[in-house]
Amino acid sequence: MLDSALSVFKMGRNLARLMEGLGVTLEISCLAVALSIVLGIPIGLLMAGQRPIVKRILRLYLEFIRVMPILVLLFLFYYSLSKIWNINLSAMAVSILVFTLWGAAEMGDLVRAAVTSLPRHQWDSGRALGLTETQVSFYVIIPQAVRRLLPGVINLATRMIKTTPFVFFINLPDLVKVGQQIVEVAGFRNPLASVWVYGFIFIIYFAICYPISLLSRYLERRWPS
Amino acid sequence: MLSGQVVLKIKDLVKNYDQRAVLKGLTLTVSQGEVLVVIGPSGCGKSTLLRCLNGLEPVNGGQIIFEGQYLTDPQTNWSRIRQRVGMVFQNYELFPHLTALENILLGPIKVQNKSREEALAKAEYWLNRVDLWDRRHSFPRQLSGGQKQRVAIVRALAMDPEIMLFDEVTASLDPEMVREVLDVITNLAQEGLTMLIVTHEMAFARAVADRIIFLDDGGIVEDSTPDVFFQNPATERARRFLNIFHYDDIHKPNGSLNLAKNNL
Ligand SMILES: Nc1ncnc2c1ncn2[C@@H]1O[C@H](COP(=O)(O)OP(=O)(O)OP(=O)(O)O)[C@@H](O)[C@H]1O
Ligand SMILES: [Mg+2]
Repeated sequence: MLDSALSVFKMGRNLARLMEGLGVTLEISCLAVALSIVLGIPIGLLMAGQRPIVKRILRLYLEFIRVMPILVLLFLFYYSLSKIWNINLSAMAVSILVFTLWGAAEMGDLVRAAVTSLPRHQWDSGRALGLTETQVSFYVIIPQAVRRLLPGVINLATRMIKTTPFVFFINLPDLVKVGQQIVEVAGFRNPLASVWVYGFIFIIYFAICYPISLLSRYLERRWPS
Repeated sequence: MLSGQVVLKIKDLVKNYDQRAVLKGLTLTVSQGEVLVVIGPSGCGKSTLLRCLNGLEPVNGGQIIFEGQYLTDPQTNWSRIRQRVGMVFQNYELFPHLTALENILLGPIKVQNKSREEALAKAEYWLNRVDLWDRRHSFPRQLSGGQKQRVAIVRALAMDPEIMLFDEVTASLDPEMVREVLDVITNLAQEGLTMLIVTHEMAFARAVADRIIFLDDGGIVEDSTPDVFFQNPATERARRFLNIFHYDDIHKPNGSLNLAKNNL
């Protein structure tokens, strides 16, 4: 049994290739999640703001992203963009772009919800104590907004990580794609290859996402809203 | 107890919300150690008056003079003033992410730049007085309404205010918790703290007040002692207002308002 498992990973550069695939998955995930958070904060603040036209446009953007399957967006940017405008983006660039478009929209909505759900009275209470506007933001508003935001952001991050295998369809060799290639080759000689390879991938995704989900549950318990 | 020295002077105060006048030229003088209870029908501008006094609402006309300083001057440093004017709101607006103690220490440490030890000593003194020292590490969500409101009062007192503003601090409380909060305020009144209290608890108003201010339609309709106001109000409007409470008494014999009738 163990021999059959080890043989799959020892064959050729299989383990190294899987690690490279993991690298691709992590690169897309980390960059897209980080960019989404950075872009989502101003988007969310604008969504919570006073300008109706800006709000309408951002709302439309959010709805568009939500109804559109990620796969369609990936195809659209990878295959169609080059045809229309002669823009040639690498599969990696398209992946990060599409995942960021999605993440930033969702992050914006989370920020909007966190900001608008804070009662105005919290401002009054802080000001009545003599805190300046900056101090109220810093000690009262931001800590509460971040607490409300964190579980949602963590949930979004796990969803984004779990969705990265879609890049498979634009031929980016992420973890799942590499795994599939290995199974195709090794499967001739080793009927259990798929079990070992996909089991390995399963464990890796679990090892990435489970701690994040634990963290989120821990935070929700520590900071109930 | 009254030293007679004027602490707060309000002259022809005008406050509008979107063109509509809410305070229409209100004039009032408060002396050191006086306890003023402000009563009046819903929407007559009681909260607005208190909020103007510590600058939470900008005013549209008239003057507010606090310890000789014109608060209606646009240059007013409100952070300084608010350290000396304590305010407690109806909905015990504690900061939910901080413990009771941290709520209380925030102002003294961040606004008044006191050392943690000094602020802690004061917090301990006040929390002991309201019987909540052993709950100091509780978060607001772990406290009852009455306890939260007592913490909110301590939070304001920890700044050593010269005057306290209470805006219907028992209005959101279950009846059995009203008493513990009113006792704290009565205690402060006996010590000679200057206070402006907005309340619908008539028995409490009568017991605690040096003066009753009856506000209606954006102005002061009556300004008299509790005995005169409750037994023999000078105006028809005040009489009608007080009658509302009698009416409530008859129909809600178990409500907290029947306290009012017994003492009237
Ligand atoms: N932020 C605001 N914007 C517009 N109108 C307001 C605002 N705050 C209060 N008002 C109006 O001003 C009037 C006075 O309100 P205020 O809250 O001072 O009344 P109140 O005497 O405290 O009433 P209550 O006993 O119900 O608390 C009301 O008609 C109210 O609708
Ligand atoms: Mg009010």
